[in-house]
Amino acid sequence: MTVPAGAYLVLSAALFTLGTVGVLVRRTALVLFMSIELMLNAVNLAFVTLARVHGDLGGQLAAFFVLVVAAVEVVVGLSILVHIFRTRDTVDVDEVDLLRG
Amino acid sequence: MEVLLFALSAVLSLAGGLGVVVARQPVHSALSLLVVLGALAVLYLTLAAEFLAVLQVIVYAGAIVVLFLFVIMLLHARTPETRPSPVGAQAAVAVPLGLALWVGLSSAALQLPARASRVPEGFGSTEAVGRELFGTFLLPFEVASLLLVVGIVAAVVLGSSPSSYERRGRER
Repeated sequence: MTVPAGAYLVLSAALFTLGTVGVLVRRTALVLFMSIELMLNAVNLAFVTLARVHGDLGGQLAAFFVLVVAAVEVVVGLSILVHIFRTRDTVDVDEVDLLRG
Repeated sequence: MEVLLFALSAVLSLAGGLGVVVARQPVHSALSLLVVLGALAVLYLTLAAEFLAVLQVIVYAGAIVVLFLFVIMLLHARTPETRPSPVGAQAAVAVPLGLALWVGLSSAALQLPARASRVPEGFGSTEAVGRELFGTFLLPFEVASLLLVVGIVAAVVLGSSPSSYERRGRER
């Protein structure tokens, strides 16, 4: 491992930040989902890096379970999104505000 | 060699991540996400996680991105973005906050002891991960399968009988 682990972790932090900014800035629900995927992947990179650093497979297994949960989340989220689009003709999160008090 | 691979994948993944956030068309965002996922698979290989690298390509690039593209086809073929500016006034606040988050996370990450220990032969191979998965992590694995069943049932329920939902939507 010639590249220091810190470099991987800083890259992971940068990807997580990009995902966070995406969630804060974008309005299309689809792109929000993609930004969330970006954050999940950044965390996975940190898990795998630390698994390598400590020589412990637990980190890789954690990344595996994140992968499974992300798959389920995308399936359920996207089908809810399709339903919102069917009833309201938009996926703009600023316009889907039925719960606003 | 490893440094070169890391630099290339890091640049590619950062460019892809930026593309996800700033791309005007959702399709371009999805394709940028594909670039990020591919670059991360390469990084997993350099970190001795072969099994996860293959899984990343199959599950993320193969299934999740295709699902995204499918939904984009379904929704956005008919509705072009009504308000074209994806990065609005919120960016003025979000970007500095994001930079602060990055600095904070990075400084926290650099505090960790970063000396890599030597790993045994076959670390991260399918056999090693499988043994761990069906040994120590058997219960979480079964719970994950339950979660997948819940996801399938939810997709079937949400996907079935669209006509009744459409009627209810019209009455509103």
